[in-house]
Amino acid sequence: MQTYIDKIREIAARLIKDDTIEMVLGFQEGTIPMISPPISVRTADDVEKLTWSSHCCINLANYLTDVKGKVAVFAKGCDCRSIVNHIAEGKVKREDVVIIGVPCNGMMERHTINNVFGDEIEEVVEEDDGTVIVRGKGREEKYRKSDLLRQSCRVCVHKNPVLYDELVADPVDVPEDIKRYEEVEKVEALEIDDRWNFFADLISTCIRCYACRDACPTCYCPTCFVDEAQPQWVGKGDEEPDVMTFHILRAFHTAGRCTDCGACVSSCPMTINMRAFTKKLEKDCLDLWDWEAGLTPDMRPALETYTPNDPEDNFK
Amino acid sequence: MLSHIGIDPERLQFSWISSAESTKFIDVVTEVVEAVRKVGPNTRLVKNVIRESKHANIY
Repeated sequence: MQTYIDKIREIAARLIKDDTIEMVLGFQEGTIPMISPPISVRTADDVEKLTWSSHCCINLANYLTDVKGKVAVFAKGCDCRSIVNHIAEGKVKREDVVIIGVPCNGMMERHTINNVFGDEIEEVVEEDDGTVIVRGKGREEKYRKSDLLRQSCRVCVHKNPVLYDELVADPVDVPEDIKRYEEVEKVEALEIDDRWNFFADLISTCIRCYACRDACPTCYCPTCFVDEAQPQWVGKGDEEPDVMTFHILRAFHTAGRCTDCGACVSSCPMTINMRAFTKKLEKDCLDLWDWEAGLTPDMRPALETYTPNDPEDNFK
Repeated sequence: MLSHIGIDPERLQFSWISSAESTKFIDVVTEVVEAVRKVGPNTRLVKNVIRESKHANIY
């Protein structure tokens, strides 16, 4: 991990010194353990604030929407695909962004760490051999990083950046036996009433804080449909139909665009796995149109194109 | 995806009808109405209608 951090600071320092960019987007050390907030670095003095860890869960493509001036950004595999998405959708120009790819072995889920450790955590240290040391309340536990990964990272097959100007490290190996849609298939196997109960139970703790929407790089409408008052598309309370409508529509808006970066789940204060909605759409896009979001900026998004041989099984 | 979440697939019907295909329009609408009537009233994504207050007359 330290080699990553050194390289990140070296690249950032060089880009700032060359004076070709406005700012560098990266991650900084949080004020509490297991949180790495984003930071924009504009001066050489601030370069030392940049860091990297397995808690860099936020998708930095989110900060590139309609950005002014040239920006450098550190991007994991999923972030990179979101940037490609942004370029394809005209939200940022390729020449306005310097993509520094960070090959990624997955980010950790802080809620999982909290659960397995049990007590308040004061410090989490990662070793290069994949061991994670968690300290707190005067004791210390060792875990394997692979046991603490986020669900979206466990099933990730695009760990390496797809489009970049520079890489921080050599590409990492991607295992071939990943079952990408196992969680979706489990739900698909259920009866219709059980599926409804599964999703109703999933969102039952939602407090409508919209953190998932705000963390999502594909959610960039100037006014979100949930914030509109004329017409008011959806009620603002916590009644099940309203909460469900919000989650269904949020998911639909990401159809064919979601890169399963997991920023929504990581930002959720109630630990709701709203990927259950988006992952199904991702699977459908792959099954129906052989489409995966954010692999090349030259192709139009799945829901924007039509070919005469598109499947029409649902049409009368 | 709506059917994945648990909305009855009978309620979700798609069709492509040209403005010149009036007979197809009638056929499809009849079919949809019959299919929806068969599955009965929807209970999902429906808000409870606010019941009339017992004390409504005091206002």
